[in-house]
Formats: sequence, C-alpha cells, structure tokens
Amino acid sequence: MASQVRRDIVRMVYYCQSGHPGGSLGCTDFFVTLYGAYLNHSADFKMEGKGEDLFFLSNGHISPVWYSVLARSGYFPIDELSSFRKLNSRLQGHPTTHEGLPGVRVASGSLGQGLSVSIGAALAKKLDADTGLIYTLTGDGELDEGQNWEAIMSAAHHKVDNLIVTVDWNGQQIDGPTSKIMNLGDLPAKWTAFGWEVIILEEGNDIEKVSEAFELAQSKLHQGKPIVILMKTNMGFGVDFMMNSHKWHGIAPNEEQCKAALAQLEETLGDYIYVPNYKPFHKS
Amino acid sequence: MTSIDNLIVTGKKATRDGFGVGLLELGRTNQNVVALTADLLGSLKMDEFKKEFPERFFQMGIAEANMMGVAAGMTINGKIPFTGTFANFSTGRVYDQIRQSIAYSNKNVKICASHAGLTLGEDGATHQILEDMGMMRMLPGMTVVVPCDAHQTKLATLAIADHYGPVYLRFGRPVWPIFTENLPFEIGKAQFLNTGADLTLIATGHLVWNCVEAAKALAAEGITCDIINIHTIKPLDTEAILESVRKTGCVVTAEEHQINGGLGDMIAGLLSRN
Repeated sequence: MASQVRRDIVRMVYYCQSGHPGGSLGCTDFFVTLYGAYLNHSADFKMEGKGEDLFFLSNGHISPVWYSVLARSGYFPIDELSSFRKLNSRLQGHPTTHEGLPGVRVASGSLGQGLSVSIGAALAKKLDADTGLIYTLTGDGELDEGQNWEAIMSAAHHKVDNLIVTVDWNGQQIDGPTSKIMNLGDLPAKWTAFGWEVIILEEGNDIEKVSEAFELAQSKLHQGKPIVILMKTNMGFGVDFMMNSHKWHGIAPNEEQCKAALAQLEETLGDYIYVPNYKPFHKS
Repeated sequence: MTSIDNLIVTGKKATRDGFGVGLLELGRTNQNVVALTADLLGSLKMDEFKKEFPERFFQMGIAEANMMGVAAGMTINGKIPFTGTFANFSTGRVYDQIRQSIAYSNKNVKICASHAGLTLGEDGATHQILEDMGMMRMLPGMTVVVPCDAHQTKLATLAIADHYGPVYLRFGRPVWPIFTENLPFEIGKAQFLNTGADLTLIATGHLVWNCVEAAKALAAEGITCDIINIHTIKPLDTEAILESVRKTGCVVTAEEHQINGGLGDMIAGLLSRN
C-alpha cells in the first residue's frame, strides 16, 4: 500500500506540476498505518462521525498523501486523483470542505489551526460520551505558529485524553532545516512541560515502528493527559533524490524526475488512470 | 404599525445583558448549545450559563485563536458553540482562524462579541473596534447581526441558535434604553420603527435609539422619517431599503463603524447599483 500511495503522490504532483511531495512521501507510512489499522472509520463518510475516530490534518499542504489514502480506502473514486489542484476540483491544493470531499471535516492549509479544531472535536466527543478518538497530524515547522502552543496548553488544562496528536518531526521547513529557520529546541521537553504524554518515534518511515507507537499511545488513553507522538521522518522518503533535504518540500518533478522516482516505487495496487479533464463532482 | 409615538421604553440595560439572558435560556432549551470564553466570563455576562451548565462551559484563557478553532471542532458532532469575548478579539485578532476553520469550513459557530464601537467608552481606541462588521461581512456564509437593545439582543441570541451556519453577533457595554420589547425579531428582515415621507433614517445597533430621538426632533419641525433598524447587516434586506428610499429620496445612515465596510458603505453601494 505505502509504495502505491507514494506512486500516487509523485504522479499527482507531476501531472499538475505543483504541490508538496516531500512531506507527503515522508508521512506515507503514518497514513497507511493509521487508516489501515488504527483509525476506526467508515468510507461511507458522515461529517458527524458519531462513534467513529476522526482524523484531522493540520499541515494541509501534504494533501496528496491524504487524498491518495482516502481514495484507496474507498472514500471516493481513485481516478479522481487526476483532478488534484485543478480549478473546481474537490481535491484542492489544500483540503477544503465546501465541495464536500468525503473524509475532510475542516479546511486546513493556513498552518497552526488543526490542533485547536481537534481539541474541540475531542471535547465534544467527551461531552457526548462518544468513545471515538481524535487523531491529528501536524508538521514540525508548523509549530512555529503560536496558536499551537495555545492549543497545547488548553488540551492539558482540559484533560483532553481522547486525543492522539502526531508531529511530523522531519526537521525541515520550506526555507531550510528547522534548526536554522526557527529552532524548535528541545521538543520533547517542551511538550512534556506543557503537560502532555510524550512518545518519541525514532523511525516514522518503518510501518512496524509506527504501529508500535500507536499501540503505546492507545495504552495511555483516558488517563487525564493528551498524547503526542513525536515522529521522526525523512522528508521525501522512498525516492532517493528527494530525501534528506527541504528542497522537495513544495516543488514538482519534471518528466525525467517523475520517471526516475516511479522506477524506485513498486506498483502494487495498480496506478490510477490519469484523466486530464476529470469531470469534477459537485454537490447538487 | 410601529411608530415613534408608540415605542415605549420599558427599561434600561446593556445589550450584553440581553446576550447573557438569551444564552442562559438556550442552555435550558437546547442541549447542543455550549459556551466558550477567553477570560471574559463576567464582561460577556456568561456567568449564569456557567453556573447552571458547568459541563457545557469552557474557559479557554486569553487565547482567542485557539478558542475559535476549538469552537469549530465542537460543531462537528452537532454542538452549537457560542464564543464570547470583546469584538476586537472576536474578529481582527482571529480573522484567519475564522476564515479557514469556521467560514470556509461552514461551521456552525456563533461568534458573540461585546464592547464594540465607540459606545464602549473609556477603554479607548484600541478596544473601540470600528472595522469588525466590514471584516465579518466579507467572509463567505457569515451572517452578521447587530441588535439595537438588550431585548433584541436576547431574541437575536435565541434566533442564531436555530440558524445553521457561522454568525457574528455584535453588541456592547453601555446601559441603553430598551424599546423593542413588543417587537418580533427575524434574521435578515429589516425592522421599520416609524413611517414617514421625507427622509429614510437607517441605523444598526445602539444608534437605532439615537435615530428614534432624531426622528422625534425632526417631527417637531414637520419633517417625517422612515426609521429602518438594520439588525441584520448580512444578509441585507435590500428590498426594504430600496422601497423606502424610492419613497423619500433621501437617506441618512448611523452606525458605530468606520465608513469602509460598514452599513453606510453597504447602503451607498446598494443605492448606486439600483
């Protein structure tokens, strides 16, 4: 699955010649593990998601990996990936809700907002004695945004212990390494000091290790503390020339680079059929 | 028909008091209503709601951006969150959070804002926000309601809970005459408080009362006025305004907002397009 999702990401970004392959490739193993094994969800999408686990993507620019995993989980037709980043598409560059794409519950893209939304969803589930959990992914560069720290403080204060946040700790942001652009300092110590249960996942591109981290996180639920997995990933993982650099954060491969990337990624489930003028779905 | 001759002042209260009363009533009648504040519980008159429904009240501290996001998240399983803070912290400070997490995401959040406009008084210019209506009415799907007295603020608070979609409810601090006790309230429907022939007075919020007083003074001089209370800035009841202005051919607007993006701006645009 992960290899196929990575092929989808490369092809989506290639066909529209824009988008964010780096973080998408880096978080592929997280998405595949979450949707495949841990998220209690239904592809028969309902906004309220009562009784289900809800997932929120705060770093909305890595939409290619999410769209691919949603499509391959049955939320919408796989060929619709063709419409990524096109005018009037349900698959906007950054996720939105107004065209009703199944699987998306809130718009994201302007960074730093997803954690707050997740806390709200988690508090509402607690009010309703709904046992569903909230899973959230944020970037590490995104933690520069002050709203996150408001949210982190409030989740501990309100004992939001039905929430598992994962930080894509790849150490990169658009302008360069996080250490140079805005040093995050001792990230585990910061989350700990804010009152969170902190799990460090050293190998976020190893599905077995990601699974272990989810298992550990789930064992710490409902104990009065919110939970964060600080997940080290390699931006661009799976394509050798895209790895270990912020360079592929937000650029698309040319034809040659696309071919070279796909040569490294096995086609396991069948590529989606690229339809240049995919007719966008619209709510009636 | 309502006229300045039968508008009775039944008391004096702040519009924010009307919000507090409305919120408490909603707490009792609608299980989905939840309330959040950013360290301004007392100023927003949310104390009684908190006392009666502690499990549905959320103190979010001085962190308005997070509060807006949390409110957005709460709507997902059907909650109707009412956020309460001052108007400047309810809008400009959190514009991007409202734009993305609430308006673009069409979340059923009620952004309730006190201490708007010049009638805030002594706190001064930093707090007397005069840009909020313009900012909020630009957002897609946002309904903007600015009631004129405490009673109408209570009715508006009740009404917005039944209206699906994001709402900005603007009110304030001064103790103000209550004069709409016998009048109904409907979102989006302009309220005629007097019928005349010479001038159309259009106002929103506290200044509706000043227009009533102005109309009385003008009547003494033989000038009769239509008074239109635009308690809903968006969607604007354009027909009511056009009909009146066609009759009188003369308009004066009154509001606690700067020219750009406010009520006067909207009316000028409406008239120039028609």
